[in-house]
Amino acid sequence: MAPKQTPSQTVGPYFAYGLTPEQYGYDYKQLAGNNLAEADGSGERITIRGQVFDGNGETIRDAVLELWQADSQGRYAHPEDPRGSNTGFKGFGRVGTGTSPEHFYEFQTIKPGAIGDGQAPHIIVVLFMRGLLNHAYTRIYFSDEGTANDGDPALALVDAARRNTLIARRRESPEGIVYQFDIHMQGEQETVFFDA
Amino acid sequence: MSKQPGFTPRDWQSHPPQIYPEYKSTPLRGPTKPLVVLPQTLSELTGPVYGQDAVGPLDHDLTKLAARNGEPNGERIIVAGLVSDEDGRPVPNILLEVWQPNAAGRYIHTDDQHDAPIDPNFMGAGRCVTDGSGRYRFITIKPGAYPWGNHYNAWRPNHIHFSLFGPSIVTRLVTQMYFPGDPLLELDPIFQGVPAASRHLLVSKLSIEISEAEWALGYEFNIVLRGRTATPMEH
Ligand SMILES: [Fe+3]
Repeated sequence: MAPKQTPSQTVGPYFAYGLTPEQYGYDYKQLAGNNLAEADGSGERITIRGQVFDGNGETIRDAVLELWQADSQGRYAHPEDPRGSNTGFKGFGRVGTGTSPEHFYEFQTIKPGAIGDGQAPHIIVVLFMRGLLNHAYTRIYFSDEGTANDGDPALALVDAARRNTLIARRRESPEGIVYQFDIHMQGEQETVFFDA
Repeated sequence: MSKQPGFTPRDWQSHPPQIYPEYKSTPLRGPTKPLVVLPQTLSELTGPVYGQDAVGPLDHDLTKLAARNGEPNGERIIVAGLVSDEDGRPVPNILLEVWQPNAAGRYIHTDDQHDAPIDPNFMGAGRCVTDGSGRYRFITIKPGAYPWGNHYNAWRPNHIHFSLFGPSIVTRLVTQMYFPGDPLLELDPIFQGVPAASRHLLVSKLSIEISEAEWALGYEFNIVLRGRTATPMEH
């Protein structure tokens, strides 16, 4: 008999010293933080920022987000991508929402390039929190990639009325280029989550 | 789009539902709309790579990692097991991250205000990497049960939180390991949220082989990640 998948369980409220210790001030080196950009000199530096909302529209202070993305040339730092990555860019970041007063998360990264298979540039988001028994899996697309987004096969699977929940809004600010990406767990603006 | 074999889907017969009302944090946080099924592309077939170079020499020994002036309190245990996929193939060289409360049931997380002592020699976080045969092992202190606000007189069973990457971002798994014979399991809505036929997969087994004489009891906790599909994904 084939073994069955180990069931998922919630990350709970006390993940910080295990998963994001430096961010939360614990004396333990963290694997990954919210700055993905430092290892890659090439590409457009961007900030991705947002909040995570529950079904009452309240901000969630005990969520942890992970990003997985290609480099500015659309290459993943992983053996399944035969092109590899040109730089030290690992493509992985992790941040909790509990250290900012209004529970914002923020990543410093570089805008990923298109992979070259017809998909628009995008970033994978994996989201954990107390009350989420299975992690949520979604994607960030970019508001300034309208034409590429229109041809994207994953976005095409989503009801047109809900696609906007996957698109980060670009804005130029004194601190640089900021993309706003809020995540709504429920409600009218419920973010599209994928089973990938 | 991609020629590589993909990964089997998440097995919803084994995983808990998005909303399980007895666990009172789920009704306002679990997604309510059906998940959109996404064919796997290169973005899904790749994932973060963290190997042996990501772990420090004491990261697998939680009894030493944060010790300041002595040994932590409580019962020393060894937790070990095999990480495999659904076809029984071992998954070598992948990172596990663990965290847990101390023997008194207290997390060092500042949000944990349970009236039980902090242990100055125990943090409760650690990491290890599976070896070439998919095996992992770490040394820790048996975690205590702790109260939580879910309902009147609610207590979490003893448990250790596990986080695994696996070979790609879609094999990511966060779960909890429980201990055999714990009477709190049948009262715990987080554990009970798992379909009945799969709950035993989260309960470790006492193992005399993993135990070390005159030193520590061993618990075996095997973990099964999503497997590979036999044929390349078509898009
Ligand atoms: Fe816990």
